[in-house]
Amino acid sequence: MTPIPLNHFVIFSLFLFSIGLYGTLTRRNVIGILMGIELMLNAANINLIAFSRYISPNPETGQIFVIFVIVLAACAAAVGLAIVLAMYQNRKTVQAEDIHILKW
Amino acid sequence: MEILYFFAKTGFYATALVTLAAAILVVTLRNLFHCALALILSLLGVAVTYLYLKAEFLAIIQILLYIGAIMTLLIFAIMLTHRLTDRSVSQTNRQSLPAFALLAVFNIFFIASLAAVPWKINSASLAAKIDTQALGAFLMGPYVFPFEIISIVLIIALVGAVILGRTDQ
Repeated sequence: MTPIPLNHFVIFSLFLFSIGLYGTLTRRNVIGILMGIELMLNAANINLIAFSRYISPNPETGQIFVIFVIVLAACAAAVGLAIVLAMYQNRKTVQAEDIHILKW
Repeated sequence: MEILYFFAKTGFYATALVTLAAAILVVTLRNLFHCALALILSLLGVAVTYLYLKAEFLAIIQILLYIGAIMTLLIFAIMLTHRLTDRSVSQTNRQSLPAFALLAVFNIFFIASLAAVPWKINSASLAAKIDTQALGAFLMGPYVFPFEIISIVLIIALVGAVILGRTDQ
């Protein structure tokens, strides 16, 4: 009845982070990029809880910070999707390479 | 009892595999709506992982907030922009191969360095029980300042989303 090794959690979250980063790098659609960012945030959350559970003397810190990360992810999704919808109404595009009005 | 622990461990690895497979579907499927459905499965797997780490409150929050709220927003946005997300448009740019090579190198480096680190497992925290009541006491005790900051950030983000989302001037 030994617990699951810490490294297995870390490697799992490493793979999840890598997949999310791959999606963020290769997607053309802004909503697809947002999905990749959500995957990366979840991988970071798993790491926070696993390390605070296995190593830290205060096992509650990781969970508190995960609550903050989830709230920030909700903020990012709300503001990001509002920007996507405004961009779709004004310029009729959701592709990342077409949104270059801030590029000089 | 031993057989129960064996099944529980097998369940963890099965959950991890399903989560990673769903995440791969999220980044490779062409139809964005199917991507959103795969992302829901992946987030459910992460919630089950939280249960394995004895974070029950966060598993519930993950299902309520991520799957209930954020995914609803995402699917809403996908449906509102659906004419541009259909099959005829290419969904990936030309960076797939460099991104894959970069991430492969990153993963190999990270796993190699991970194997060399001797973690000091803290058995007291491993056995500690953190229920919702304890989390609330910590949020209102030592972490009350970040808690207030996060509520200000939340209200600013919501007002900003409303201002960005309105159509008439």
